[in-house]
Amino acid sequence: MTLVILLVCVAALLVASILGVAMARFRAGSLIVYSMSLAVCTVALVLALVQLLRNAAAPTLVLPLALPWLGAHFRIDALSAFFLVVVNLGAAAASLYALGYGAHEQAPHRVLPFYPAFLAGLNLVVIADDAFSFLLCWEFMSLMSWALVMAHHRDANNRRAGYIYLVMASFGTFALMLAFGLLAGPAGSYTFEVMRTGQHGPLIAALILTLALFGAGSKAGLVPLHVWLPLAHPAAPSHVSALMSGVMTKVAVYAFIRIVLDLLGAPSWWSSMVILALAGITTVAGVLYALMQHDLKRLLAYHTVENIGIVFIGVGLAIGFQTNAMPTAAALALTAALFHVFNHSLFKSLLFFGAGAVLNATGERDMEHLGGLIHRMPYVAFTFLIGCAAISALPPLNGFVSEWLTFQAILLSPTVGEWGLKMLVPGVGAVLALSAALAAACFVKAYGVTFLGRPRTPLATRAKEADRFSLSAMFLLAALCVLAGIFPGFVIDALAPVSQALIGSRMPVQATDPWLSIIPIAASRSSYDALLVFVFIGLASFLTAMAIHRFASHAFRRSAAWDCGTPDPSPSTQYSATSFAQPIRRVYGALAFQAREQVEMPPPGDPRPAVLRVSLRDLVWDWFYAPIEGAVAATAGRLNQFQFLTIRKYLSLVFGLLIILLLVLAIWL
Amino acid sequence: MALIRDLIVQFFEMSLVLVLAPGLVGLVRKAKARLTRRRGASLLQPYRDLLRLLRKEVVLAENASWLFRVAPYLIFATTWVAAALVPTFATGLLFSWSADLIAVIALLASARFFLALAGMDVGTSFGGIGSSREVMIASLAEPAMLTTVFTLALVAGSTQLSTIVAFMNSPAVGLSVSLGLALFALIIVAIAENARIPVDNPATHLELTMVHEAMVLEYSGRHLALIELASALKLLLYVSLIACIFAPWGLAGAQADAIALLIGAGAYVGKLAVGGVLLAVFETAIAKMRVFRVPQFIGVALMLGLLGTLLRFVSRSF
Repeated sequence: MTLVILLVCVAALLVASILGVAMARFRAGSLIVYSMSLAVCTVALVLALVQLLRNAAAPTLVLPLALPWLGAHFRIDALSAFFLVVVNLGAAAASLYALGYGAHEQAPHRVLPFYPAFLAGLNLVVIADDAFSFLLCWEFMSLMSWALVMAHHRDANNRRAGYIYLVMASFGTFALMLAFGLLAGPAGSYTFEVMRTGQHGPLIAALILTLALFGAGSKAGLVPLHVWLPLAHPAAPSHVSALMSGVMTKVAVYAFIRIVLDLLGAPSWWSSMVILALAGITTVAGVLYALMQHDLKRLLAYHTVENIGIVFIGVGLAIGFQTNAMPTAAALALTAALFHVFNHSLFKSLLFFGAGAVLNATGERDMEHLGGLIHRMPYVAFTFLIGCAAISALPPLNGFVSEWLTFQAILLSPTVGEWGLKMLVPGVGAVLALSAALAAACFVKAYGVTFLGRPRTPLATRAKEADRFSLSAMFLLAALCVLAGIFPGFVIDALAPVSQALIGSRMPVQATDPWLSIIPIAASRSSYDALLVFVFIGLASFLTAMAIHRFASHAFRRSAAWDCGTPDPSPSTQYSATSFAQPIRRVYGALAFQAREQVEMPPPGDPRPAVLRVSLRDLVWDWFYAPIEGAVAATAGRLNQFQFLTIRKYLSLVFGLLIILLLVLAIWL
Repeated sequence: MALIRDLIVQFFEMSLVLVLAPGLVGLVRKAKARLTRRRGASLLQPYRDLLRLLRKEVVLAENASWLFRVAPYLIFATTWVAAALVPTFATGLLFSWSADLIAVIALLASARFFLALAGMDVGTSFGGIGSSREVMIASLAEPAMLTTVFTLALVAGSTQLSTIVAFMNSPAVGLSVSLGLALFALIIVAIAENARIPVDNPATHLELTMVHEAMVLEYSGRHLALIELASALKLLLYVSLIACIFAPWGLAGAQADAIALLIGAGAYVGKLAVGGVLLAVFETAIAKMRVFRVPQFIGVALMLGLLGTLLRFVSRSF
């Protein structure tokens, strides 16, 4: 029944998509499409939540669609139900946001038809239960999001982003297709049910893992497959950016977990090493790239790369523990990863909404042109601050809980058997700690330059507060960040069926712990009580404020800034995004980006200004993609001359080829 | 009844750290002054400074936002809560089970997050320079601290401070390489986090090298008092942390009676005094570093912490 209603929801989204085509030119169009999406996604969210919390038997359904002998299989097990919650929560929030934000859209006819279809695709991928429908829905989702990336296609940067996205997405689907082909084996049944029972040799298993890493990793944004992500996510309208960063990357995580932890059977221990190494690199590279950006939406997109790394660290640890027969630790690591999936979908959507509100109010994404928005957009500034604190893993918000759980999982790992893992895991722990600190630095920069200080351009002085729909979506997500942060036990308990199904073990029940604290293993080992910490911080600040207002001076006076006695009225003397990141660039940039600084100082007496040039290299692009791009271009250039031959030469070419093929055939037979 | 007793002890602990924190700052200043053959201000001077600041009016910059006015309270509250989590004179306090050492570090990170934001709020170049350097230093000090915590957690089998301290107080712990590395790393982190020489100079003003002082340049009156008190609390927190882990003598147990608590409190004050004097000696003996030498200094702590953790991963006997 749940599944039928869910498929009806998907059908309703597709109807909304058709309505979007018809109504795009009218003002009511966006209202109708977004409110329909909101209603449908809310229904789907409630369904998925009920399914996850009730932990009932997984409903299945076969529709006579797609391949005639196969049909389209659908199923909602605990994993699907959890990701359905993530997808529909993000989608509902984005639709609510878009009710206000979409009214400013310049080209609604390029957004409205694709938006509900994209949501439908996201939902379908998660419930597909055979390889054919999975790949079909996956490709549908990719194409719809591509169309949304291309919504503002008159900008050459967006066209380039769309092109790179298309190439990477097709490559990813291709890798996934091969992975499913190997999983199906020569006998070839494409339903997941049969795939689960398959036995694979070590070579095939390794190939499947690699292909899954390529396929799902390119969509999720694992380094070095992340290059499309910081281009494509910011190019789309902001509510779509939020969906792509907050939700679509999670669907990719779903695909990876589904293939590796569910379909592949028992993985080998080195697979966890590969995943951990890649995830560690992804985490620290993502945040370092993010620190170097001054485009607000691109900074957020790079930050998604970092968070995907954190999720994959959890998944990699879970696999490592599982192969070492440590089910409790594996359940802890997997729960941490899934908790982070949930958290990231909340705060990344929230932050993209905030960036969209800023973009709407000022027309600027470049932080160097913003500043001081906290005065003109107080509500957006407040919710954005909560998002920043949550993503920087500050207690008592939700980001801290999932990182804390990951740290606890890392501390359980000295008992694993393999030396490779033993040496790798502490490094991963250090990388995680490093990236947490760098993330905080990154969001101090993002918030400080955008919302604090003085406005750097007239555009920023004329900004207006966002509309009520956008604000309510942002407040909803901010509230969820706080709630998930101070009541983490309930989230962990809700995730228990997922780890039970995938690992065969679950974390202990948390809701019954005293004072709503969370205890991953044992109370003497580690415990964290977010509610108490929250209450104590609140109480301490309240008491301090009371005491100060009772006993200390009340007087306050506004005056010019002090700034050591020499304040400069020009706003360009403030620290900018680039200068804020300069110390960090000095420390890490030489290694990570081969950053070089050149000062051109004119000789004394020369009135020309001195120039400071900073060059950063994107090493992934230079070492990984540039050679491929060069090779393709060179080959294409060679082959190009075949376009301009005479008819005689074409005929002789065809004739020659025919002879060769016949010869091959003759020799072969 | 036990709950009421626990609450009273906890409340006593929270007030004690608050009362002792400015005294520790005063002691360090006094000792530094004596070491450089000055007479120095009285031990009570920090208290007088705080009272004076509390009585003064606040001068806010014209474009300071609500964040600038809220931040001091948040910074003070999070630092105070973090300090309340560290076993100062007794282990197993009521509140100590609600968060572990990782959470203590994260609480301090929260305080720093808001302090750095407050530094950027008015939009002056000094505020920006302070904030950007502070987060650069933190980006190294925080992972160094966390890897040190990993080492301690692997030695004691827990990230819970009370359990770690109980373990360090038991005969089970012997001399170990990774603990020595952890101590070194912890000291370096403590120096960097508290903006002491050679990373930052707490006595400086109007210098391009200042970090912490540059961030709080625009603060005045009661706001400044809160921030000063918070940084004093942070210093006290780090000294107590090092003392309770590496010198856990005299700490009262979980269900100790009043006499044991008094002994614990006396021992604690003694340890703080020794720590403060040692800090003063160290600061007098060393010169301040250039800002871009600081990463190498803290990088040593990071490497030591990582090495300690790796050793514990390799073998339980290190």
